[in-house]
This record gives sequence, C-alpha cells and structure tokens, in this order.
Amino acid sequence: MIADHPRVGHVTTGGTTESIVLNMGPQHPSMHGVMHMQLELSGETVLAARPVIGYLHRGIEKLAEHRTYAQCMVLVDRLDYISQYSNEWAYCRAVEKLAAIEVAERAEWLRTLYAELVRITSHLLWWTSVGLDLGAFTPMIYAMLPRERIFDFFEATTGSRLMPNYLRFGGVKEDVEQAELDGIHDYLAVDYMKLLDDYDTLLSGNEIFISRQEGLARITTEQAVSWGVTGPMLRATGCPRDLRKDARYGVYDQLDWETQTDTRGDALARYTVRVKEMRESARIAMQCIERMPAGEVRTKVAKILKPPEGEVYVRHESTRGELGIYIVSDGTAKPYRFRVHSPAFMNVSALPHMLPGEHIANFFAIFGGADNVMAEIDR
Amino acid sequence: MTPRMFVFQLLGVLGLIVVLGLNIIIMDWWERKLIGHIHVRPGPMHTGFHGILQPFADMVKMLAKEDVVPTEADKLFFWAGPMIAVVPAFLAMVVLPLAPGFVLADIGHGLFFVFAMQTIMPFGFTLIGWAAHNKWSLVGGLRSAAQLISYEIPMLISALAVVMVAGSARLTDIVDAQATVWYVFKLPVAFALFLVTAVAEMNRTPFDMTEAESELVAGIHTEYAGMKFGLVMMAEYTAMLVGSWMIVLLFLGGWNLWPLPPSPLWVVLKVYLLQSFIVWLRGTYPRLRMDRIMELSWKYLIPAALANLLAVGVLVIVFKGF
Repeated sequence: MIADHPRVGHVTTGGTTESIVLNMGPQHPSMHGVMHMQLELSGETVLAARPVIGYLHRGIEKLAEHRTYAQCMVLVDRLDYISQYSNEWAYCRAVEKLAAIEVAERAEWLRTLYAELVRITSHLLWWTSVGLDLGAFTPMIYAMLPRERIFDFFEATTGSRLMPNYLRFGGVKEDVEQAELDGIHDYLAVDYMKLLDDYDTLLSGNEIFISRQEGLARITTEQAVSWGVTGPMLRATGCPRDLRKDARYGVYDQLDWETQTDTRGDALARYTVRVKEMRESARIAMQCIERMPAGEVRTKVAKILKPPEGEVYVRHESTRGELGIYIVSDGTAKPYRFRVHSPAFMNVSALPHMLPGEHIANFFAIFGGADNVMAEIDR
Repeated sequence: MTPRMFVFQLLGVLGLIVVLGLNIIIMDWWERKLIGHIHVRPGPMHTGFHGILQPFADMVKMLAKEDVVPTEADKLFFWAGPMIAVVPAFLAMVVLPLAPGFVLADIGHGLFFVFAMQTIMPFGFTLIGWAAHNKWSLVGGLRSAAQLISYEIPMLISALAVVMVAGSARLTDIVDAQATVWYVFKLPVAFALFLVTAVAEMNRTPFDMTEAESELVAGIHTEYAGMKFGLVMMAEYTAMLVGSWMIVLLFLGGWNLWPLPPSPLWVVLKVYLLQSFIVWLRGTYPRLRMDRIMELSWKYLIPAALANLLAVGVLVIVFKGF
C-alpha cells in the first residue's frame, strides 16, 4: 500500500527484496523524549512510519479530577515541561473563564512576559536538537547558554527553574522587582541578540545545513489544516494562524509585533519560522518590560475555588501550537473532567504522512521539525 | 637480508607501533580538549593537569570492560572485523617517510601501496557492521562500503596529478620535488579534491556516515564494547593519521619548510595541524546526507579530478618541468 506512495520513487519490481522494520526509539540516542517510531524500510528509504506513544503516560488528566483547581497548577506544569508558563496560562484562562474571575492588569503583562520568555527557552531547546539531529554537536552547547541564563531569571522570580507554579487564578503568585525586569531587558537587548546572530552564522547560513533542510517534507496549508497541525509548523506553510493575535488574550493586542510565517512549507521553512519567532518573542518581552504598568498582581479569589456548574474550552498559543484546555465543573472544588488538546500530538500524527519516501537520514530532520514533547502527548 | 638489516627493520616496526600508540594517546586527548573549547567547555579536567591522563583512563576503562559478544553475532568476523580495519591502516604507515631516508620501506610505488592498503579498510568496516547482527550496524557498514569505495577513486585520480608533476610515485621523491614550492600552490585543485576525499576516507564529519550517531545510534560499532571498540577507534585514528600524513607529503611539502632547513619536526607539526583542522570541521559542520555524499563523489569530484588530471597533463607536456 505504502509502496505505491508517489514519493517512493525507486522501489524496484521483479526482484525479491524484503523490507525491514526498524524500531526507532524509545531508546535511541537522538530520539526526542521516549517516542517510539516503527519504520518500515526498503534499504534506506522509509516506506511507512508508525508512531507508538504512551511511554510517558502519567495519567495527568485523571489525577486532576482528584485535586482542587489550585492544586492542578503543578500538574499542568508537567504537561509540556519546556513550555511551562504557557500551560499554566492556558489553564488559568480556562478556570478564570469558568468562574468569571477578573485578572489584575499588571499580572496580564507579567504573564505575557513570562510566556514569551518560555517560548524563547523552548525554541532554544529545539534549536539545540535541530543541529544535533543533523550531526552538528556544537549548536547544542551554544544554545544551552542563553537557556540557562533565562532559567536563572525564572529562578529569581519563582524559585524554580523548570516547574515554576507561578500563575494564580486572577493574577500571578508574586510581583517581580523592577531591577529584575531591567536585568531581563538588558540581557535580551544585547547578549541574547548577539548570540542569535552567532547562531545564524553557525547553522542558518551553513551550506550543508541548508542543503539538508531545503525542500524536505514539504507540506501545503491544506494538508496541514486537514492533519490538525498548528503552531510554527502551520505558519511555515504560509498560513498566518497565531492565537496570540486571533484569540486575543493577554496584552498581545497592545504590543507591536508580527506573526512570523514562511511560504515554503519545508523543513527549512519550519526552521526559519522558529528562528524568527525567537527574535520576535524577545521583542515582545522587551516591550512588556518597557510598558508594564504598576499595580496589584492578584485579585481576590476564594482560597477553595468552586466554579459554577458548566464546561469551558480555551484555546491557547503554546510554543508548539494550539493548546486546548477543556474543563467540566460540577460545582465542587475539584474538576469533574479535565482534558488537554495537545498540539504536539497533532503535529506528531502528521509524521506518518510526511515520512514515506524519505531517507532514514532525514528522519530526524523531519521529526525535529515537529518539535514534540512526549510529556504533553502522553500526559 | 643481512641480520643487521633485519634487526633494524624489526626495531622500525616496533617504532611504528609506538608511533601508532602515541598518536592515539595524543589525538584522544587533543580531540577532546579542542572540541571542548570549541563548545565553550573545558573538556577533561580531572585526570591530571588539564586531563592529560585522560587517554590512559580511557584505556584502563576499555581494558577492564566486559567483552560482550552478541549471541546472534558472527563470532569469527565480529572478532576479525576490527583487525581487518586496523591492520591495513597500520601497514600503510610502513612506506610513509618522516625525513629523507627515515622510512621503513622506501619503495618506488609507495603512493600506490598506501592506496592499496586503504582499499582493504572498507572490508573491515563492512564486516564489523555485518557481523554484529544489528540493523543499525548493518546500515552503517553498507554505508561505509559505498562511501569509502566511491571516494577512493577521486582521491587516487587527484593524487595522480602529483605523480605526473613529480615524475615519481616514490613518496620521498615527491617530497624532495617540493623543496621550494609546495604542490598545494602548484596544484590547488588537486589539493582541494584530495583534502575533501581524504576527510571522507577517514570517516570524519561531515562524512561520518559509518557512525552517524543521530541516525544509526553508533553505526558500525553499536554492539562493540571494551577493547574491540578500542580497536575500531584505533583504526579510525590511524586512518586519520595516515590521511593527514599523506596530505602533508603530497601537497604540504613534507619535511620542507622553506627557507628553514628540512626537518622531521615539520612533518609532525603539519600532520597535527591538519588533524586539528579535521577536528575543527567536526566542531562546525553538520553531517551530509548519504545520497548527497555519493552524488558529490560521482557527479562532481570524479569529473573534476579527471579534468584536473587532463589539465595538469597538458601543462606538464607544454611547460616541461612544471
């Protein structure tokens, strides 16, 4: 069936050749997380790919049913553990919509700031692996430097580098000192931008890198939409879909920034969009710091929150795409049902369509472009 | 052969083994250190001054490790594969001179002897990949066979240009012909081709297809542990030494560093500078794709090498003593 795929060009007929099944992952040195991909190979050409997921299933959705709304915050941190603030924010927005909670104005700015900072760290982590997947080890170490620096800022604010537990219903946990904000601003404006230029020299302009990415696994907007692909992967096909603009939350509408797109739809376009987003996010974060109003960072919310009966679905632009949080409330202090729509899951489920016909060497170049996080897929 | 000569040659062979071991010790440490500093990290620091004893620590670790042989592996070739890879690399060094007269066997076709030995190495790598009975190793072994065979051809053709200009395939003659002007300036195209193909022959980044850890786990030596893995590494480091040494002899003037007097020191210096350059490549470049590597050789390097050979041939005839 797959052998008839139009992109499998050189399957010979007449001779008797057998395809081999190769288990890529979950214990492969360059697999991102515990993903397991069953590849059917003819020589080095992929005939079929079957993602096997579930190695990191922790039952987060079920666990949430046994915790109060406030206690669930630590669970959403662990959904997509490299884009924590985005998850927290999406969850907060869902609960705030359900219980009709007002959010403090300064908190909205802080949320926007930290969501963009975490987008930067997440993209930096992706940037480390995109080089590594193609055999370049140096970019990995280089991109870890700013990532660690931004984690230092997170640590100064929340006391935790990876699992912040910072957002609260109606605001954020604590205010941030102006000196701290200035430090972030200075870092983003000078050192970070300089590093990004270095990265462009090291990888973006590299002849071998471009030749490996160009024209690889090209998808159209129609295909991406039909597979449910969102985020940078969708924007790389030329579709300017960005919930930060479209869903209007936070203070994004008051800031001057552009949705980053690329029309080519190939692996290089996905790379370019993310690299451009790294700069754009820094721009947004800097504007947040410059224009942040003073004031309270939290509104008065009941300690044990009991939202009225009902259900809510909130869409949020996380680093990987459209993150959906669905909550059903039965009027008690615990959610009756908690469900996550994972953008990484949708992006990975597009891979079996994108991989057939490609070389095994391209597997990670395509796979890395999906920028998946298994913790969010398996939950 | 007089007994005196026999003893001399025996000592020479032992000397070569020392050189081989010394090179692995130096390169093991130097590659870790250099690549570390390229990565903005210090590299090994805990074993002696700046990790100078790291190679010995590695060696002890490898020797102390359990010698694992997979049950499904072909026992004979699992054992013989690394040998077949390492012995020719070692044999090639027999004809490589360090100074005028300071060579174990100064044979008239020394250049071709080195190529002949290099031709055997892919057998070793392919057997290593095949014998382990592992899909990753098999793909790595097949890749190495295809790659090494494809790159030997342009490598030899570009070296032929040197032979034509020097008028000899004896390596000492080739170096002596470069007393004032190195062939890298006379034959820049041949040098560029030889450098690229030599890096490919050494299985180094961006041509490290046999290992390709991001795709093939560890490629051919996925199943190898302990000293057998050490042998595979030895083969790779020795191939790197032989390749760099060849480039130095053919294009970089060997022991000549005009206007300074000729000295074996220059050979050592140039060889290690060149090996550092190859390590630097590893710190900078991503890996090429297998089909692109084959394409590069057959579609570009071989025609370019042939055209270069023709052009050099015409120049040699038109301007005698070019």
